[in-house]
Formats: sequence, structure tokens, C-alpha cells
Amino acid sequence: MSTIDHDAELLRAGAHVRGAWGTAGFLIRRYPLGAAGAVIVIVFVLAALLANVVATFDPTATSSRNSLTPPGSVYWLGADFMGRDVFSRIVHGARISLAVSVGATALGCAAGIIVGLMSGYLGGWVDLVVQRIMDIMQALPLLVMALVMAASLGPSLQNTIIAIAIALVPNIARVIRSSTLSLREQPFVEAARATGMSELRIAVRHVLPNTLAPLIVLATAQLGSAILTEASLSFLGLGVPEPHPSWGRMLSESAAEYIRTAPWLVIFPGIAISLAVFGTNLLGDALRDMLDPRERT
Amino acid sequence: MASYLVRRTFLMVLTLFGMSVLIFVMLRLVPGNISDILFDAAGFVDPKEKARLERDLGLDLPILTQYWHWISGLVQGDLGFAYVTEKPAIEEIAPRIPVTVKLAVLALIFSVVFGVPLGVISAVRQNTAIDYALRILSLSGLSLPSFWLGLLILMLFVRYFGFIPIYTDPPATLWKELALLSVPAAAVGFRSSALIMRLTRSSMLEVLRQDYIRTARSKGATPGSVNYDHALRNAVLPVVTIIGIEAAFLIGGLIVTETVFNVPGVARFLVEAVIWRDYPIVQNLVMFIAVVVVVVNFIVDMTYMILDPRIKYAD
Repeated sequence: MSTIDHDAELLRAGAHVRGAWGTAGFLIRRYPLGAAGAVIVIVFVLAALLANVVATFDPTATSSRNSLTPPGSVYWLGADFMGRDVFSRIVHGARISLAVSVGATALGCAAGIIVGLMSGYLGGWVDLVVQRIMDIMQALPLLVMALVMAASLGPSLQNTIIAIAIALVPNIARVIRSSTLSLREQPFVEAARATGMSELRIAVRHVLPNTLAPLIVLATAQLGSAILTEASLSFLGLGVPEPHPSWGRMLSESAAEYIRTAPWLVIFPGIAISLAVFGTNLLGDALRDMLDPRERT
Repeated sequence: MASYLVRRTFLMVLTLFGMSVLIFVMLRLVPGNISDILFDAAGFVDPKEKARLERDLGLDLPILTQYWHWISGLVQGDLGFAYVTEKPAIEEIAPRIPVTVKLAVLALIFSVVFGVPLGVISAVRQNTAIDYALRILSLSGLSLPSFWLGLLILMLFVRYFGFIPIYTDPPATLWKELALLSVPAAAVGFRSSALIMRLTRSSMLEVLRQDYIRTARSKGATPGSVNYDHALRNAVLPVVTIIGIEAAFLIGGLIVTETVFNVPGVARFLVEAVIWRDYPIVQNLVMFIAVVVVVVNFIVDMTYMILDPRIKYAD
């Protein structure tokens, strides 16, 4: 019943049959949801990079006269209790969200790769010890782990990144380890060894690049959870501190008391978080379909 | 089998021991303990007073001695005293557990009741409009922060029913309590149901491609019989795993949702204790969560074996 998808196979093999625009067009037609996700992610990244240009106000400038102004032509998405422009705070918040999600994912991946590669490639007692440590770290849900880490490091942007990165490590290490386990038995590894290559070089030059596809898929998925975890931590008051405008903290400042009086303070930051995570999830799904044909959804 | 159980139990104990060390060290990495927070709040610090408080709480002892006091008490069921209220920690924690358990069970029921059937429908009608709609719904479930969903639900309640369904006084009857808890449960359960829906769908699609399904179709079994009797039974295995894992990991969603809905459960209590540096509460609660996660994982593995007799754990 299964048919061979020639176009997708050619693409996967890296054949250049259409040129860049042709390939882009093909990808959009083939993965419409993924393309939508890519657009959302690009908008999100642009907003973060160009926050100073896009924002209409200084995100920290207060103005008691304009406290709780509803959305309108001046304050597009309204103003908060301290008269700060919600739109500008959301745009600048994209910066924080991007910094935390990319920073934490990159850091978590780097540590996870080292740990997973060591564990899978060396095996033996190293593997045993590392796996037990990963077991311990996985005995707590992501948010609880990040919560305790963030609390013990103290509230700052850097520490939030580190806390989330540490919490992400076990997941990444597990995936790298399991691909490494099967890769190290492959003939090409034996061949490399026969040529007299050092074990470290084999691990880094031959095994690691082959774990890249699952790693990319996983890293994209972790971006979404990093954004959500940062938002949750900041919502609870244990994440990114003032004066950074964080989406999560914008919601906690405005929580229960404003749902009657100033709903825009609740609605817009939440939309920002959800859209950013939704975009990375759509993109992650499409990447998985492209890179990992065994796990089609 | 017996030796597998022994090894597995040993690993569980090892993991929990490691967790106790990890959490203990992590909490003491923080510069500043509760005496600093209390004296900060008071505005001035009398070093003698501070030293006395630290001595009373045992914070001046060597860290190994502190660890020993905690862990030896823990195995005897003595959790120490909460710093903030100065009551025994067990009296603070125990009454909050049932509330969180009820909330978690409701959320889990919600997520299974919606997640599994919708995942099956999505798989059976693959690539139709309904499949696309359900996939977008499940992706959005994974994208909405549960505290925001909670706030939106509260907003709708205020607007259309004129009241806020948050916990104030303890509800009079169990039914009233469950009705009240069902609102935050839906906010938490939405995410899990999305996860379960996605997994059910991909697992069903995997099974529907297999040869024995074609055989069943060709011998004339009705589509209903093929989908439910033949396919779903085998597709449900990985779903059981994820339900088990979600059961333990719901606590992450509960932390924020209990805060939004003002539910007096252990999850919200953990956040308060973290903010107050109430070590006895934090370390005991984190251990409690770790025990739940580890035990649930164990139960899931055992369930796997019962559901699929082909799986045998090597001795």
C-alpha cells in the first residue's frame, strides 16, 4: 500500500533538482502546517531582534495618568496598571523569551550531547553511572526541576536559562545515547577504527554527525517547552526579574484582579506565549516528518 | 522475573537516595536562608538574634549532620518542623495532599476521556478535514500555557455566569468540591489530552498499516470491528505509558493551575515554600513528588507486561 514519495526522497538525499525557490515552494506545498509554523517563528524572531524599532513606547516607561488605558490608537494593546504600553512590552518580551528558549536549549543540547555521547559510546561503568544520574534528574517533572534550580540559583535572566537548560539535559542525553548505541556497532565505525583513528575522533567526527537528525527534531521540541517553562517560572515569580518584560510575569502581575477590569492585560501576553510555542511546535512536527521518516505523524 | 523485581526495586531506592542528596545540596547552594529573609523583612539585623534563630533551626550544624538529621527522621516518618508556621511539616503537607490528588485524578479522567477517542477518530479519518481540525486542536493544547487557559476560563465565568469558581472556604460536600475542582482540572487536563490524542493517533496509524489489519479487512470484518477490536487494542499500549507518565507529570501543570484557582493543594504549597526557603517543606515535598514519579513509572512497566504478554523483562 505504501507508495514511494519520490519528491521527498530526492529532497532527503539532498538532490538539487529545483533551485532554492523551487525547493521552498515544494516544502510549502508539502508541509503547509510546518510552513505556517516557520512564518510564526520568523515573525517572533524578527520582533525580538527589531524590538527597538517595532515597539512604539519604551517598555519600562511608566505613566500614572494612563494607568489601565484600554486598547486604542495610542496604546494598541492597552496599558497596564503602571501605564506601560502592553504592545511594546510584548515585543520586548519576545527578546526575553527568545534569549531564554534558545539559550537554554543550546546549553541543554551541548551538555546533553557530551553526556549522551560519552554514555553511549564508552558504555561500561561510565554509562551505568551517567544513566543513574539521568534517572535521578528525570524523577522530577521539568517544571519542578526548573523551579528548584531557579530558586537555588536566585532570580536572574542567566540563572533562568541555566535552570531550564539543566532540566532539559536528561531528555537530550537519552536520545543521543540511544542513537550512539546503535551507531557504534555500524561497519563505518569499525572501518574508522581500522584506519587508526582515535576513539574521541571517531565519536566526534563519525558518530555525532549521524545523531543530528533526531537531535534537530528534539531541540525544536525543547524550544517550545523552554518558552513555556520560562513563562511558568516568571508567572510564579521565580523566573526573569524586573525590569525585563517577561510574558509570564506580565500575566502574574495582572492575574485574577484584572480579569474583570482590564482583560487586555490577560489576553495579549497569553496569545504571545501560545503563538510562539504553537509556531515552534508546528515547525518541529514538520522537521520530524522531513528528517525522521520512521516517525511520521 | 523475581530478580528483575529485586533489581528494579534497588534502582528505585538508589534513585530516591540520589534525589535526596541532590535536593538537599541544591537548597543549600542558595545564598541566604530563612533567617536572612525574616531579618530582611524586619529591616534590621541583630547578629546575636540571627545566630540564635539559626541555632534553633539547626542551620549552624555541618551540612552532613543536617542531612543525617533529615534523612534519619524521614525514614522514621518524622519530617521535621516547617520554618514558617513552626508546626510539624507532616501536619502542613498531609492535609493538602488529598486536594491535589482529587484534582490530578479529575484532570487525568478528562484527558483520557477526550484524548483517546479523538485520537482514534483522527487516525481513522486520516488527512480529512476533521483530522486536520483535531491535529490543530491538539497542537494548540500543547501550546497554551495552562495558567493562561485557567485565567481565560475564569474570565469566561466572570463574564457569563457572574462568579469566579475559585476555592475559598472548604466546600460542604464531596460533590460540590469535585464540581469546583473540575474547572481547574479541565485547564490542566487539556494539555495532557492533547498529548494523549497525538500519541493515540500516531500509534493507531502505525497499527492500521500492519498486515493483520489487511487480513481482517479482507475476511470481511466491519470497519468498526477492524478499528476497535483489532487495531485499538494493540495501539493502546504506548498510550498507557504516556497516560502513566502524564499522571506523574501533571504536577507541573498543577503548580501553576493551583496558583491561578487558589486551590489549597501541595503543588501551590511547594511554590510558597520555595519562595520562603522553608527547607523542611521543600525537601519533603520534592521527595514526595519523586516517590510518586518513580512508583508510577514502575507501575506503568508492570502494566505493560500484563497488557502485552510478549513483553518479558530479562532476569
